[in-house]
Amino acid sequence: MMNTVPISWYLVLSAVLFACGVTGFIIKRNIITIFMSIELMLNAVNLSFVAFAYQWKQLNGEVFVFFVMVVAAAEAAVGLAIIISVFRTRETLSVDKVDLLKL
Amino acid sequence: MNPITNTDYVTILPELVLAAFGLIVMLVEPFVTKGGSRKPLGYLACLGALASLAATWYQAGSPYTQGFFKMVLVDHFSVFFHVVIALVLFVALLGSLDYVERQHIRAGEFYALMLFGAVGMDLMSSATELVLIFIALEISSISTYILAGMRRRVAISAEASLKYFLLGSFATGFFLYGVSLMFGATGTTSILAIGPQLHAGGFNPLVFAAVALMFVGLGFKIASAPFHVWTPDVYEGAPAPVVAFMSTAPKAAAFAVLLRVLFAAWTPGWFWPVWISAALSMTLGNIGALRQTNIKRMLAYSSIAHAGYLLVAFAASKAADTAGISAAIFYTAAYAAMNVGAFLVISHLAGEGERFVAIDDYAGLSRRQPAVAASLALLLLSLIGIPATGGFFAKFYVFSAALQANLVGLTILGLINSGIAAYYYLRVIVVMYMREHPAEHEHGHGAERITIPEGVALTLSVLATLYLGIMPNRVLQLAIEAAKDLLR
Repeated sequence: MMNTVPISWYLVLSAVLFACGVTGFIIKRNIITIFMSIELMLNAVNLSFVAFAYQWKQLNGEVFVFFVMVVAAAEAAVGLAIIISVFRTRETLSVDKVDLLKL
Repeated sequence: MNPITNTDYVTILPELVLAAFGLIVMLVEPFVTKGGSRKPLGYLACLGALASLAATWYQAGSPYTQGFFKMVLVDHFSVFFHVVIALVLFVALLGSLDYVERQHIRAGEFYALMLFGAVGMDLMSSATELVLIFIALEISSISTYILAGMRRRVAISAEASLKYFLLGSFATGFFLYGVSLMFGATGTTSILAIGPQLHAGGFNPLVFAAVALMFVGLGFKIASAPFHVWTPDVYEGAPAPVVAFMSTAPKAAAFAVLLRVLFAAWTPGWFWPVWISAALSMTLGNIGALRQTNIKRMLAYSSIAHAGYLLVAFAASKAADTAGISAAIFYTAAYAAMNVGAFLVISHLAGEGERFVAIDDYAGLSRRQPAVAASLALLLLSLIGIPATGGFFAKFYVFSAALQANLVGLTILGLINSGIAAYYYLRVIVVMYMREHPAEHEHGHGAERITIPEGVALTLSVLATLYLGIMPNRVLQLAIEAAKDLLR
């Protein structure tokens, strides 16, 4: 079977996922959901890295994905700790209520 | 594949030293007696900053060495930024010794995270591979996210940390997507290889999207408009010595990355995004600063404006000429010197729980603490850009480079903005020198004398500002060499 999915489809999918992540980040009001939107953005990028790596027949892209996953895990640990510390001081997870500092 | 040799380790020697000291600080912390002073840990961290300075000195002996499969490059450019970051770290650590005790912050983690953050910033300035730049950026960012929330029981500190974290990771997503598209367009993630690859190939729209996305990501880190909204909130909520550190060192490192990505690879399509961002940052930063009553927020808006001036130097850069790039490099050093000092004064005067951070709290400071008031006045004059201070030459070089590059519109906008900026900086000086000290908080506030470490840190910052303002030639020469190495 030589009928493989063309690279461009993966890239379009990754762009759509990234856009979903950005939209979620902007419109969602729950901190955890916002955090998940960021993870979605990172994973969209991972997908495009793998697609490009396949296109160029180079391992760089795939190696990059591993590093992105590791860093995303570290970021998640720190992020959840920060969210807990906010919850302890404010007892809410809505960004609209975390508003002591005015823009 | 070649094995890793000793020369490879020399290329990351300052980073190794900082990481080692960070680990030592964390390991020693449990052995400090309970309830005892945590200051020795701070001195240990200061020693680490000085050791990394010495390691950079050692590296400077053999510039332009590559290591770790061309992922790290030691050149005049990286050495310059290593020195700036090490000095800022040293001064910020000295300034936080008393602050940490006063605010009851967990000292071990605090000092270790400052050192670990500096590891990331150092790596950012010497990395020539986008993978390493990404990891370094994250080391620096994650450390500063935590540092911003170090006053754990204070609601605004946790909130600042949260805002910084959410917007910072959002920006990282954009930066990564840009990297991915750049990889897609060129098939490589090495900055040194991207340049030739780009000039060999024809027009590729992917490259423009990649540069724009990377600029968005880094624009958040350097707090340039329209990606600046987090800055005032985070600077207000984060501990003052941390702001002294994170408004200068990570910013210098992010500017280093931006310089490398844009100019070492000479990527196309950067001019208009940089131009627009420079114009917006200067204007929004200065206008925002005008109506602030909290001095931390005011300096946050001022730092946005200064990012704008710096981007003017970026817009003035040309492939054959180092004027714009060296002006940008000089500006980061001058800005670091004056801003770190200004925030150290704030951290000294803030008091327990950071209660005194309104501009009105500075009334009559010249009477209570003449030396501190004079230092702050000098640093603020330097931020305006008055001659004989570092800020003057920084602005002078930036705008003369902009005029050479025929950016007349941007230069005029910048000069108008410098005029506006004078108003809000001078307002603080007027309050300090010409307004009476209100009687109600006579007891306690402002009476505590400046301690020796704080005094040393403030003196260093003032001396550096004066040095750059009176004898800028030496540093400018180093900046020009750095720019030449960057374009090599």
